[in-house]
Amino acid sequence: MPFVNWLKRNLVVIAGLLTLGYLLLPNVVVTVFSFNKPKGRFNYEWQQFSLDAWKDPCGVADMCGSLSISLQIAVWATIGATILGTMIAFALVRYRFRARGAVNSLIFLPMAMPEVVMAASLLTLFLNMGAQLGFWTILIAHIMFCLSFVVTAVKARVMSMDPRLEQAAQDLYAGPFQTFLRVTLPIAAPGIAAGALLAFALSFDDFIITNFNAGSTVTFPMFVWGSAQRGTPVQINVIGTTMFIVAVLFVLVSMAIGNRRNRQKA
Amino acid sequence: MATVTEAPPPLAPTAPEQKPPRKRGRLVPYWLLLPGILWLIVFFALPMIYQASTSVQTGSLEQGYKVTWHFATYWDALSEYWPQFLRSVAYAAAATLLCLVLGYPLAYLIAFRAGRWRNLIMILVIAPFFTSFLIRTLAWKTILSDSGPVVSTLNTLHVLDVTNWLGWTAGDRVLATPLAVVCGLTYNFLPFMILPLYTSLERIDGRLHEAAGDLYAKPITTFRKVTFPLSMPGVVSGTLLTFIPAAGDYVNADLLGSTDTRMVGNVIQTQFLRILDYPTAAALSFILMAAILFMVTVYIRKSGTEDLV
Repeated sequence: MPFVNWLKRNLVVIAGLLTLGYLLLPNVVVTVFSFNKPKGRFNYEWQQFSLDAWKDPCGVADMCGSLSISLQIAVWATIGATILGTMIAFALVRYRFRARGAVNSLIFLPMAMPEVVMAASLLTLFLNMGAQLGFWTILIAHIMFCLSFVVTAVKARVMSMDPRLEQAAQDLYAGPFQTFLRVTLPIAAPGIAAGALLAFALSFDDFIITNFNAGSTVTFPMFVWGSAQRGTPVQINVIGTTMFIVAVLFVLVSMAIGNRRNRQKA
Repeated sequence: MATVTEAPPPLAPTAPEQKPPRKRGRLVPYWLLLPGILWLIVFFALPMIYQASTSVQTGSLEQGYKVTWHFATYWDALSEYWPQFLRSVAYAAAATLLCLVLGYPLAYLIAFRAGRWRNLIMILVIAPFFTSFLIRTLAWKTILSDSGPVVSTLNTLHVLDVTNWLGWTAGDRVLATPLAVVCGLTYNFLPFMILPLYTSLERIDGRLHEAAGDLYAKPITTFRKVTFPLSMPGVVSGTLLTFIPAAGDYVNADLLGSTDTRMVGNVIQTQFLRILDYPTAAALSFILMAAILFMVTVYIRKSGTEDLV
């Protein structure tokens, strides 16, 4: 029974690949249906091959506008959360101080809270303050929930850093600023980059918190949500496919750069 | 009198020593923390207090709300919406279990069997993160559509008869049933299970597997006695990372479900954004938060990994 034996030995691989298939199936469907020419307003059933949507990705009213709002918010939220988060991470790893435990739980709680609870509570704050819901309230919310994730990512990297490297730099008469810029920052950079990337992805893709605090501003996820009720243009699939390809390419390129650096070091 | 004051035994290799704080820099950590922590206090902690106060207010949108310590809102909300609460917990638990069952082999594959394919598989697990999850959830509408291949296959294999009997599906459809919602939830939070599992599996010393094999342990015994216990930190953080967001989610129940599959997230969303009954919505979200914090605490205690937090 060679086949049964082979099956037994490779059971994990087969099961793992099946899960991978489950994970990627929607992406395949999104890509395939970006070449569809639907009859009605909804793009759920295959009708006919067409390149129309790819030729005119911004042909749908308001879609690319929402995409640009999402990108702007994601960029600013990433910058804000990364700066604030990196500062917190350094303070937590490098210094002993009072209230360290309290700070740690304040960082942990937003990650352990269902999004809808945070979203609703922020909305009550904004309503009580009489704030105008829109770009700024979304940005504030996004920086808030990305912050914890950045802290966690940077902390992991800074914790594995050898402080003796900085001491060595200081022994060689580097000032505190120079030490930070030439030694500390380059070593912490991969952690900061990982945190920033995570913040960007979280902010760009966030729906629940944005849904509560957006007012009449429409981000890309909000646009997709609305279109699920009104009718989904094929262009949404084009954007989805492009995002997937860009993400894969981005990771591939960054890994290639990483590999080359490692080889140079060796 | 051989009282030798022994030096304490050398500790296991620990993280590199902390730099002793210099006297002049005593305020440095506080300055580093200030902006970020202030942000979290103003936009995370303070809103919770506002929400707490909203939940005990009475009044109306036209006349304004006042704090009247009207705790009955909690009771009313719970007695009216307990089915949605139960459903949220049940769906989230089912999705978490499915994530564990589906995610474990893939995490294991990446950690031990993938070889040079490891990076590629990793990318394929992470890349969907960067594609809008709403678009991907909508794709499930296509996959599970009534006339689609999935439903007709399940029908031919008489799987739907079984799931109908269990109440997971209804008639010849999967969409707009609990099965579709759980399927969507599982899909959405699967990467959150796979990544921590992979991290903890990757740390396991491969020689332990060899040693178990040398001691005549069957592969299944090796897994049960060595691999799985050592991967517990990943299992715990993975289940938390899937259960918590799944219990509060309303996107899957809305896009893939029907009015019979509404979860507590859906109720909070409608109360807050459509009905504008703020006290009830605030009470509901507090009950959800308390329930989740309670379950998470119990779970962490039981699983014996308290150092996780």
